[in-house]
Amino acid sequence: MATVYIDGKPYAVDAHQNLLDQCLSLGFNLPYFCWHPALGSVGACRQCAVKQFKDEHDTRGKIVMACITQASDGARISIDDPEAVKFRAGVIEGLMLNHPHDCPVCDEGGECHLQDMTVMTGHDYRRYRFEKRTFRNQDLGPFVNHEMNRCIQCYRCVRFYRNYAGGRDLNALSIHQTVYFGRNQDGVLENEFSGNLVEVCPTGVFTDKTLKRHYTRKWDLMYAPSICVHCATGCNVSAGERYGTLRRIVNRFHHEVNGYFLCDRGRYGYEFVNSDKRVREARLNGNAITAEAAREHLREAVERGRAIGIGSPRASLESNFALRTLAGPGHFFSGIADRDQRLVALILDILRRGPCRVPTLHEIELCDAVVVLGEDVTNTAPRIALSVRQAVRQRSFEMAEKLKIPLWLDDGVRDAGQDQRSPLFVATIASTHLDEIASGVFRGVPDEIARFGFAVAHAIDSAAPSSGDFPAARGIADALKGAKRPLVVSGASCGSEAVIQAAANIAQACGAALYFIVPECNTLGCAMVAGGSLDAAFRLAAEGNVDTAIVLENDLYRRAPAPDVDAFIGNVPHLIVLDSLLTRTAERAELLVPAGTFAESAGTFVSGEGRAQRFFEVFPPDGVRESWRTLGMGRWSTLDEVLADLPAELPGLARARDAAPSAKFRIAGAKIAREAHRSSGRTAMLANINVSEPKTPVDPDSPLSFSMEGAEKKPPGALIPFFWSAGWNSIQATNTYQREVGGPLNGGDPGVRLIESSAKEKSYFAGVFEEFPAEGGEWLIVPIHHIFGSDELSLSAQAVAELVPAPYVAVGRESFAQNTMVRVEIAGQMFLLPVRIRSELGARVAALPAGIPPLAGLPLPQRGTIEEVK
Amino acid sequence: MFSILSTIWRVFLHMFSRRVTVQYPEQKPYLAPRYRGRIILSRDAEGGERCVACYLCAVACPVDCIALQAAEDAAGRRYPEFFRINFSRCIFCGYCEDACPTYAIQLTPDFEMGEFHRQNLVYEKQDLLIDGEGKYPGYNFWKVAGVAIGGKAKGEAAREAPPTDVNSLMP
Amino acid sequence: MTSPFPFASIFGILFAALIIAGGLPWVERRVLALFQDRYGPNRVGPFGVLQTLADAIKMFAKEDWVPPFADRAVFVIAPAVLMVTVLLSFAIIPAAPGIIVDDLNIGVLFFLGMSSLGVYSIVLAGWSSDNKYALLGAMRGAAQMLSYEVFMGLSIMGTVLLAGSFDLVKIVEAQRGLWFVVPQFAGFMLFLIAGLAETRRIPFDLPEAESELIAGYHAEYSGMKFGLFFVGEYLGITLISSIITTLFLGGWLGPWLPPVVWFLIKTSASIAFFILLRAALPRPRFDQLMALGWKLMLPLALINLLATGAAVLAWSF
Repeated sequence: MATVYIDGKPYAVDAHQNLLDQCLSLGFNLPYFCWHPALGSVGACRQCAVKQFKDEHDTRGKIVMACITQASDGARISIDDPEAVKFRAGVIEGLMLNHPHDCPVCDEGGECHLQDMTVMTGHDYRRYRFEKRTFRNQDLGPFVNHEMNRCIQCYRCVRFYRNYAGGRDLNALSIHQTVYFGRNQDGVLENEFSGNLVEVCPTGVFTDKTLKRHYTRKWDLMYAPSICVHCATGCNVSAGERYGTLRRIVNRFHHEVNGYFLCDRGRYGYEFVNSDKRVREARLNGNAITAEAAREHLREAVERGRAIGIGSPRASLESNFALRTLAGPGHFFSGIADRDQRLVALILDILRRGPCRVPTLHEIELCDAVVVLGEDVTNTAPRIALSVRQAVRQRSFEMAEKLKIPLWLDDGVRDAGQDQRSPLFVATIASTHLDEIASGVFRGVPDEIARFGFAVAHAIDSAAPSSGDFPAARGIADALKGAKRPLVVSGASCGSEAVIQAAANIAQACGAALYFIVPECNTLGCAMVAGGSLDAAFRLAAEGNVDTAIVLENDLYRRAPAPDVDAFIGNVPHLIVLDSLLTRTAERAELLVPAGTFAESAGTFVSGEGRAQRFFEVFPPDGVRESWRTLGMGRWSTLDEVLADLPAELPGLARARDAAPSAKFRIAGAKIAREAHRSSGRTAMLANINVSEPKTPVDPDSPLSFSMEGAEKKPPGALIPFFWSAGWNSIQATNTYQREVGGPLNGGDPGVRLIESSAKEKSYFAGVFEEFPAEGGEWLIVPIHHIFGSDELSLSAQAVAELVPAPYVAVGRESFAQNTMVRVEIAGQMFLLPVRIRSELGARVAALPAGIPPLAGLPLPQRGTIEEVK
Repeated sequence: MFSILSTIWRVFLHMFSRRVTVQYPEQKPYLAPRYRGRIILSRDAEGGERCVACYLCAVACPVDCIALQAAEDAAGRRYPEFFRINFSRCIFCGYCEDACPTYAIQLTPDFEMGEFHRQNLVYEKQDLLIDGEGKYPGYNFWKVAGVAIGGKAKGEAAREAPPTDVNSLMP
Repeated sequence: MTSPFPFASIFGILFAALIIAGGLPWVERRVLALFQDRYGPNRVGPFGVLQTLADAIKMFAKEDWVPPFADRAVFVIAPAVLMVTVLLSFAIIPAAPGIIVDDLNIGVLFFLGMSSLGVYSIVLAGWSSDNKYALLGAMRGAAQMLSYEVFMGLSIMGTVLLAGSFDLVKIVEAQRGLWFVVPQFAGFMLFLIAGLAETRRIPFDLPEAESELIAGYHAEYSGMKFGLFFVGEYLGITLISSIITTLFLGGWLGPWLPPVVWFLIKTSASIAFFILLRAALPRPRFDQLMALGWKLMLPLALINLLATGAAVLAWSF
């Protein structure tokens, strides 16, 4: 702690931070552009100028940039000094010289940091009478719109895109006043985090292209705090709605999880909510029926007996629990295929038993040696890859500290660190985007990866079982042993228990943090609502013991091979499906009941970290209801009632109730408004239907109101619908919700970690490996994951769908020529696919993109045959 | 006491003053051009819609009686897909006109818009859009804005230099 | 002495009183407009004379609503009480020789008694409405009418002394030489003020004071029940004006024209003066009203009575 005098008054500040950071933390309105709490300071924009004085007798002082000045003890500065004020106004005027007259048609308008800062400095009249420079724009793909004229050259975009996210195809081009931020030619931005440019850019150069299609100003959207459904990371998002359609997703800061950034799948996958494939009304044998008739039919089916429930890892904890309650614990199945279920159970077992701690994403960023085992993190849990990218910078931070360079001084740290990185080892089936920053890579089929992992564990601790001789293992072992905060990242995506065991062995051997990536947003939650596997349900049906199967938000054709699912549906006389999208399974349902998506329902997800997090209705559902409400059959009328019943049945999930305040929560007697106080059109938006305004719906499940009426005070972390504070209309208002800038949210970060282990003893797995290569003409077909395509829901999102690759089969170099059509026979199915060469694949190893129709549902890895089509 | 009596007397004398009431339907009052009556949407001199669907009128409206949805044509020109004013809520304060950055929305000296059914007071875009420029002739937002639209490429707006050549390294 | 044509008189007076009371709202609005440089109602019928008819139709068409929290029986009776007491008072008004319902020898006392009964209507209406504004209005009404009744009675005792009778016909006859407004000017002024207060007219409309009590004692009334209060008020004005005419302005006496026309002219002038006061004067505070009544008017009335009595005594000796 240090004391800094700001305009004559003493304030306690953090001496390790810069003045700008501390001024903002103290609540001063000090304008800035190039600084970002996650990107650090470069002192490029000269906007945060303040006056610094030598001592109390110094009246002249000198202008310094707050962002690159240490908040040293006894420093005396002035924000309101007339000269500093004039300086900042001058800087803004300079930045605005070439800024176009675009605000009315600019998507950033109303949430523009440049607008805010211009107002803050008082610049209101344009004196410049000469020509403005202009640029041509580029087409940057379906996610990000480019409007270069608006650029103020703060360099934040390239600092995020290149330095933070590791992108290569966006850069600062040209010179002097024509500096241009773009690609060398039109094309889709390659980096998986390009969507963050929308929030990083302080003005309207990069804007959300999906929002542009149904544009709405920030103040007109109705928001709710939500959780991303497109992978298991559990990123916090704010979802915004207008006129009954979901309009966009923005980041909702969570210090321990997603921080300031989201991946593109999470940001743009939301469009499935507006998709044509949505189920909007109940259907019985294809004919629309009323919701009451559907409920009656469901009731009859359950009362008839011999009903089973098939849950889903993409449905909320509450919906799975409601199904389990309805069908009975013995008749509840998780909806996950046998092998995947075993993998998740193993992961849960390892995490519960300990001694390895599950790190938060923020803790991952602080790790100084990372081993990735079997997981293409960038494509299975992209946000974690971004954290791993920050982890490798630990080496350069150490070097900077030795040179006494403060860590927030971004350019200084990068110059000191150069290309020095903390050790990162990537052992995967095929090449990954993390390879470029890895100090070592290993390629092999899942069992080779597991073997390699066991070898590394053995090299660290000879008590761990060995598995063969891998020369590279020794180097990795030394790096992990030398690290202060080692980390192992693995997961279920390569379908191998041995890989998971290997990861556990390494982590135990070196006392590392251990993060397992699971496939879906509520995989862990669904597994914790203990139920049999999907295959068990199939067997039960095959024995003729099932009259009715109730399938909850689950497309069985993505879980198991199509012939198995066809057989199951054939064995079940009555198939009842609750889903939000018309999936292949839903098409075959006798009774199809619409289910609310994450935007139309409230519930809880358990992320890969074991963190239970609540999401809330973004807008009042029109006809569609939460599945737990449908399945509850009137047993519960509010979410809190479901959560109150949860602990008795499933003690392990008891604390899920504390993921967010209950619906009774009030701030000074008031609810929390979902809409901004400037929200417009209330008396006109539905006037074409009826000139009398309808009554505002009441949300029984949350303390949030469906209107602009709510508490003045800022809500607790779990209930922040959107970030806004007076004078800060852009996402930069996040600063005002934090304890200190960049730190945890006021009142603590939301969510409850359900899995904490205090065990100390190590217990190593003994490896069991399959032999490979296979005999005869068989191929081992392994999965390759794609950020766009492997996730079910985002496949139905318009913008994401544009980037989903066409089905293909990847093989090593020797076998087939590029683009040859081959016939792939696997799990009793046959596909005609073009060949793509991935040279890192070994002999007789092929890879199929996971989850991309029609290849979804194949249990990979799997043996199969590949023949060229003549 | 005297003041009471003088008041009574002076009020009595008003019996003989001229009446100020305007007999409205027979006798039309004079309305200034800036009178705040029925709201219209104007067009620019080229006949294009002036409204760029920026939502500022809607947010300025104290009774929230304006709702619209922005859309964009293939060439990038923004326009309202629908534009609705609920005149049964409108208080004719003129804030929408003040907020409009393109002179599109204007209040006119026409107030004779009574209806027997409230529903008929909901005006859609076709009811609001007129063919002229209204009170502010000559202004065209797109000629000063930096975005490119059909018929106006980058660098062709007022006081704009031609687009820079990113590949040039000339100082 | 009773009228030679009792039924003709009864119906004649009743009809005339109701017609006048019915036409008064239109007259009042037109005259007020005149004072305020406006036109007033001029759309319904020639010069808008049918405005009252239109208003009456509207009032009949309104829902006759009794609030669920009201004391139903009392709520319904209250407006009728007002109408009955005012209409009964007309019985003793001599519009012309022979045009009178009942020439009571205690006509003045009968009038005072009826106007005292009228206050029940206000108290009952305000009480039964079970509404704080209505109750406040009723309390004010009761206090105001009680206070002003005292010197109202005293103020006309001068004329009674001069005429030597409570009989209104005799009082009119006594003015054949000189209208009592001249010898009894103070009494006339006091009675004018008291009459204003008794009819609850602006500036003494404190029981209903719209800006404070949102219609006061009749806040909960609608439809024709409200209509009764409304008509009752105008009947009250007509009554007070007739009494003023009878007591102070020489009743039907006058040259050339038939007596009944003189009576109507004088009454109309009196009504017009009431309207002028409404256009000109603001409403006093309640405490000012009470202070005026008890501290100024009552002593003045007593002094007037004493002086008149002394003068009558002196003259008779």
